[in-house]
Amino acid sequence: MRTSPEDLRAQVASLAETFSDWEGVSLQAGIDMPQLTVAKENLVPVMQALRDGKFRFAHCSMITAVDHMPEEPRFEVVYGLYSPSCNQWLRVKTHCQEFEEEVPSVTGIWSGANWLERECFDMFGIRFQGHPDLRRLLMPEGYEHFPLRKEFPRDGIEPGRLYRQWDEGRRREGAEEESAS
Amino acid sequence: MGLLTEKFDDNVLTTRVDWLLNWARLSSIWPMTFGLACCAIEMMAVGASRFDIDRFGAGAFRATPRQADLMIVAGTVNFKMGERVKRLYDQMPSPKYVIAMGACATGGGPYYKFGYTVMKGVDRIIPVDVYIAGCPPRPEALLEGLMLLQEKIRRQKVLRAPQLEEKPKAPSLV
Repeated sequence: MRTSPEDLRAQVASLAETFSDWEGVSLQAGIDMPQLTVAKENLVPVMQALRDGKFRFAHCSMITAVDHMPEEPRFEVVYGLYSPSCNQWLRVKTHCQEFEEEVPSVTGIWSGANWLERECFDMFGIRFQGHPDLRRLLMPEGYEHFPLRKEFPRDGIEPGRLYRQWDEGRRREGAEEESAS
Repeated sequence: MGLLTEKFDDNVLTTRVDWLLNWARLSSIWPMTFGLACCAIEMMAVGASRFDIDRFGAGAFRATPRQADLMIVAGTVNFKMGERVKRLYDQMPSPKYVIAMGACATGGGPYYKFGYTVMKGVDRIIPVDVYIAGCPPRPEALLEGLMLLQEKIRRQKVLRAPQLEEKPKAPSLV
């Protein structure tokens, strides 16, 4: 459902009252829903306040990222929040550099963010600090690429090479399991 | 047959052991319930009344590999699923057969070049008896594949060594 511009302005106005005294937070009217840009140092307290505050954003609907290479900072991590009690959507954005730099995890606020962050790590290589189990979700263990990054080869990877990588990985895993048992 | 003539009633018949075993096997191929992508929709159509795989004795889809004779790999196998496909195949009791249904299971299909996570053909991990072309194949194509597999089973030798000079004949589908 498309939000009308009047509705959107009203939503932003009501949210702005709450956020006007917060530091490092800027609120814009996006195309379809209000959006909040946060520095990643403030991410956890802001998210906590969003969940427990007036609007009760109880549902973290999605987490994804945008690769803006070659711009700096490179990645934009996007969170989609929904408040069932107010029927209100909100998009929260934060920025981060290459994957040595970590984004704080929101799994402590919404436990459902666990797999969403894992998927984001799997596709973009963005590390989430404080995530309980940051493994690959959709790709096999030992996969060497992050498929949604801009540097992923546009022409694909040679099929034989992909297979060899996968096969070596599972042989290695099998050997490790055997030596462990 | 002079010795046996008139010794039994009419409910006894004599046959070859090979023929009997092969007939029993090919008449009750139990496939595994195993759909991975859109090919599975066609496979379900084959199981339903319009195409009716039960006519070939292969309608008993088993939910466990331990009761299944046939694995119909119906759909795209990605690397993470490949591990599981291999394990399921290993859990099936012999004699076991595999049908690679559709372009993806045969050779990666539309994901051959750009699919970053798709196994380019399920025959990289398990042996395949019958390949079916199509994306997805029509239900009739799956039935033809099943009949080809039945012909293959019919020519198996259980007790005698395979006779090498005997050329496999093209199966008659009529």
